[in-house]
Amino acid sequence: MSNEHKDIDDHSGIETTGHSWDGIKELNNPLPRWWLITWYITIVWAVIYMILMPAIPALPGMGTNTKGLRNHSDRDLVAAAVVELKEARTEQSATLLDASLEEIETNRDLQQFALAMGESLFGDNCATCHGAGGRGAIGYPILADDVWLWDGTLDGIEYTLRHGIRHDADDDTRFSLMPSFGRDKLLSATEIDNLTEYVLRASGQEHDTEEADMAAELFQQQCASCHGADAKGDRLQGAPNLTDQEWLYGSTRQAIHDTIYNARNSHMPAWQDRLDDASIKALAVYVHTLGGGE
Amino acid sequence: MGLMNNHGVLERHSLLLTIGILVVVSIGGIIQMAPLMYMENTIEKVDGMRPYTPLELSGRDIYIREGCYVCHSQMVRPLRDEVERYGHYSLAAESMYDHPFQWGSKRTGPDLARVGGKYSAEWQVDHLKDPRALVPESVMPPYAFLAKKKLKFDQIEDRLKVERMVGVPYTDEMIANAKGHIYAQADPDNKGFDYYDSLMAEYEAAAGREKTVEARDYDGDPTTITEMDALVAYLQMTGTLVDFSTYEADDLSNRR
Repeated sequence: MSNEHKDIDDHSGIETTGHSWDGIKELNNPLPRWWLITWYITIVWAVIYMILMPAIPALPGMGTNTKGLRNHSDRDLVAAAVVELKEARTEQSATLLDASLEEIETNRDLQQFALAMGESLFGDNCATCHGAGGRGAIGYPILADDVWLWDGTLDGIEYTLRHGIRHDADDDTRFSLMPSFGRDKLLSATEIDNLTEYVLRASGQEHDTEEADMAAELFQQQCASCHGADAKGDRLQGAPNLTDQEWLYGSTRQAIHDTIYNARNSHMPAWQDRLDDASIKALAVYVHTLGGGE
Repeated sequence: MGLMNNHGVLERHSLLLTIGILVVVSIGGIIQMAPLMYMENTIEKVDGMRPYTPLELSGRDIYIREGCYVCHSQMVRPLRDEVERYGHYSLAAESMYDHPFQWGSKRTGPDLARVGGKYSAEWQVDHLKDPRALVPESVMPPYAFLAKKKLKFDQIEDRLKVERMVGVPYTDEMIANAKGHIYAQADPDNKGFDYYDSLMAEYEAAAGREKTVEARDYDGDPTTITEMDALVAYLQMTGTLVDFSTYEADDLSNRR
């Protein structure tokens, strides 16, 4: 184990480590020079990096880590990047903010910008429920048609976007509440069955005339205040028209029965805290132009 | 050279060698981890963080049980595109009551750190039951069974006590009323009616602000408290606790 007796391998003429296993010895080749130099460079680089960047953790009492000469901060960088992005958008966003929704839709350049912006925002924030292109799903209104529960005008759409529907945290949210007639035992099972037939008849579907007739009075008492005496709905309360072929939760006997029994009071979040004003305007224009804007 | 030439001693005694390796490897670990324990800016000072309610905590346990973290991270990184899509980057303070944290490193699905309130609770329930009914291109498995499984919470007090042992500031009242608080959050109008005020008072005091707990039936069936109720209660809370209106991103202590 001592360096005093260097052991040179007879065959290759290279020094051995002196270790011997069953008579087999290990050559002590030096490390390749390129490898050694690279290694030394990485050590030097590590020292430079520790001086420039936040790197050295605090010793007790220091309170915090070293900040580094470059004063680097990921959080500052992302804040700056977001500001830069906002500024890049500002010029056109500002024109969106200044213009009324109608102006945006009639000015070709503004409209193009709003639609492009609206489409990308819709994809991440709205399509999750309302489907790509606003095609809707059971329980989630189709935005590409001309049937509107609350309001299909530009301003109405913007209001819905800002305040949501039945969004408790927003005092200005659109709100109405259908009672759970069956679950809360407001009506008997027979009464609900009869009302189901009445609604089926109102929308021109196959129904039991006798049972529907029996519910006529009940409908006027329990349902007409929101859905209207003629069952054509009331936009002010988001009460759907029951005489058309458009059904948010399905048109089958079972679906209508479930709706009367449990009530369907779906909820749309308010977006004014999540999206900025320009984004909401762009989305309003986008949704309005999807197919059925009023 | 004396010491260097004695490495044979270590190499010939496996126990000594094991201890030696442990000592050497620990040095790196200690240098990385120990300062986090006493550094003043490890966790940002924020307003609004509170312990999870028993229902949210149960939902979080289901989140972990079902392996949601395998496909979903809970960490909005400080990058422009992430902040654009998900909202404010995640703070260390937002995970301070997480044991273990759910940051994750794999995103088959989207990040969930700020999913709370982004979609309606009805959507969360519909989507968990049948993801492809709402998002046709989704590869997420359905979790419809959660709506049929009653939530088991007979040991919830102990569950909260364990959290308290590792530093979550649950008060004695929170622990004593844990079962009542579950009813109060999932069924505030009937079974949980008597505990509703206590639930709100305790957790709003912990958060230091109002409207921090949402109490409602989540899965459309107010009579039973299911695992679906718990999971959706947890999801609708994620990322909503910190009050960003009072968070000073420019403060030197919040630089990273």
